[in-house]
Amino acid sequence: MTAATARRDFPRAYGKVGSLHRERLWALRLSYTSLIVAAIIFLAPPVYMLMTSLKTNAEMADQTLSPWLVRSPTLEHYGATLENPLFLGFFANSAIVTLLVVSITMVISVLAAFALSRMRFWGSQTLATGVFLTYLVPDTLLFIPLYQIVGGLGLLNSIWGLVLVYPTLTVPFCTWIMIGYFASIPKELDEAALIDGASWPQMLLKIFIPVALPGIIAATIFAFTVSWAAFVYPTAFITRPEEMPLTIGVVSQLVRGDTFAWGQIMAGALLAALPPVVVYVFLMDYYIAGLTAGATKG
Amino acid sequence: MSEVNLRKVVKLFEGGVQAVRGIDLEIADHEFCVLVGPSGCGKSTTLRMIAGLEEVSEGEIWIGGTMVNDIPPKDRDIAMVFQNYALYPHMTVFENMAFGLKLRHFPKDEIKRRVDRAASILSIGELLDRKPKALSGGQRQRVAMGRAIVRDPKVFLFDEPLSNLDAKLRVQMRTEIKKVHQAVKTTTIYVTHDQVEAMTLADRVVVMNHGVIEQVGPPNELYHHPATIFVAGFIGSPAMNFIPARLVNAAGALTIQLGQGLSVPVPADRTARYAPHASKKLLFGIRPEHLTETTRTDKQNLAPITVDLDVIEPMGMETLVHFRIEGTPVCARVDPAAGAQAGAPMRLAAHMDQMHLIDADTGRVL
Ligand SMILES: Nc1ncnc2c1ncn2[C@@H]1O[C@H](COP(=O)(O)OP(=O)(O)O)[C@@H](O)[C@H]1O
Ligand SMILES: [Mg+2]
Repeated sequence: MTAATARRDFPRAYGKVGSLHRERLWALRLSYTSLIVAAIIFLAPPVYMLMTSLKTNAEMADQTLSPWLVRSPTLEHYGATLENPLFLGFFANSAIVTLLVVSITMVISVLAAFALSRMRFWGSQTLATGVFLTYLVPDTLLFIPLYQIVGGLGLLNSIWGLVLVYPTLTVPFCTWIMIGYFASIPKELDEAALIDGASWPQMLLKIFIPVALPGIIAATIFAFTVSWAAFVYPTAFITRPEEMPLTIGVVSQLVRGDTFAWGQIMAGALLAALPPVVVYVFLMDYYIAGLTAGATKG
Repeated sequence: MSEVNLRKVVKLFEGGVQAVRGIDLEIADHEFCVLVGPSGCGKSTTLRMIAGLEEVSEGEIWIGGTMVNDIPPKDRDIAMVFQNYALYPHMTVFENMAFGLKLRHFPKDEIKRRVDRAASILSIGELLDRKPKALSGGQRQRVAMGRAIVRDPKVFLFDEPLSNLDAKLRVQMRTEIKKVHQAVKTTTIYVTHDQVEAMTLADRVVVMNHGVIEQVGPPNELYHHPATIFVAGFIGSPAMNFIPARLVNAAGALTIQLGQGLSVPVPADRTARYAPHASKKLLFGIRPEHLTETTRTDKQNLAPITVDLDVIEPMGMETLVHFRIEGTPVCARVDPAAGAQAGAPMRLAAHMDQMHLIDADTGRVL
């Protein structure tokens, strides 16, 4: 190779390094831009809600002011919402329904997943697939036949009707998650427990549930979210304000005549969104701790 | 009394796989018995039937004088150590070992006493508060053994317990297992595919192949007196050489013809035994360690052969030399100082007292 070609090669190689650097820079700019756009899209509604909930009614009605800024922040809407017996009733209804639904769901789906993943019996494979297929049927399709069933049981206009139907949304998916988690536990672990003298219930309580805790928490979060945020079923089954959960109560009852109490609606919606946030933050920590403590294999 | 008896045991899996095809085996109290054989020969299935983790399709299994076919694993008074350790990941080492005792409602101080004793046998005393994920492979293996020891069962069952460890640790843990057996003397059934493990650990080795037992015997007996070509080839490393051969009766003396102009005399004490097989298709079996340089004078009955070496593999302590007899690859172990050279001829001595003659059709050692 001559000196001339070597010299020609050098700047080219240098240019390549430079372009690589530039490519990386562009990739970074692009990802930051898209992340910022996504963050704005997702955060705009809650921020708008927060701003609105902090305004006085007069400020809200004033068309000349920017809707994004708060001149004289006030907590009056929060106060009014928290003193509103209707709102407190919605909150209690949501809490009761969710607590019961999550409990029922976890008991059923953990037991079902344990049986389907470990006790080999005729048709268990088909049953496991069937369970997942039920999850694919949307609730907008199911609420009409379910209306008949709930009505037939005399549970329309009652939170107990919701406690009955929500598990049809949560159990299949949670069972499916749990089957996956249980399937990842090596078979030797139950065999060791079997030889150590554990009965099936002991094996479930002392081995499977602790080892699959991350999965159980993931399933619990899912059941909680579905149950807390359910909208279609309560819209269809509940018309009496005393039995309404938050999702439909806030939007249907905080309206006086033709006037929307926007301040209270926004404050109520934000307060309603608080429990899921708390649950996520609290359980996510556990979830991650569970993941790192797992270490099933060598 | 904790002897284990298998009587005509058969395992037929759904789908028609016959994993175990009629096994008879008597394992004595305190014996260390190793089931060895190639992958898929039915060792694990046999062990799992003894443990009660698989149902017995046919035949009977007896543990300590009781027929256990219909007894669940927990009531068979056995303990099992698995290849992947199967430690409970959410429990500490202490809890792992205590689990079986707790389920059996042992008093707290008795549990502590037993765990401490097992921990001292296995020298894992300082690990008792750790979780399995904080242990090395060898330590996990010890804990798995500890979990078996604390139960003080009639029988220990091991299924390839060392296969997940690296080579060095495997040798170390092998010694450890032998030490534990000498300390607790519990009847042990140990499954492995590694013939070295089988030879070093066992009081008696059971060689299995295709779901049947090929031969049962103490390690040295299997090594010196294999019953079949399978056992002859499976036990020992490098494996025994099998060379097609003919028996020739020349002037009253029986010789084994290995190829053109290459023959070795049958030892005098075996002439009567081999004579009736003269017309059969035969294989001459000899281990590499019984094909050596000619200068060894301490051995009787050396038959010299001259061969052209293809490849030599120095191993330090010895040198492996490879050559062909009538196209059949053969390996010999010679002294590094014997001057073996690839591509050069070498004079070797066959130790005829250690040879075997095999019926090529039936696979029986004659
Ligand atoms: N659960 C099962 N169902 C069907 N066949 C099986 C099952 N377990 C093992 N087998 C078959 O039985 C034979 C023996 O298996 P195994 O006892 O595990 O062999 P080894 O432990 O000697 O390697 C193999 O051919 C294997 O494929
Ligand atoms: Mg196996």
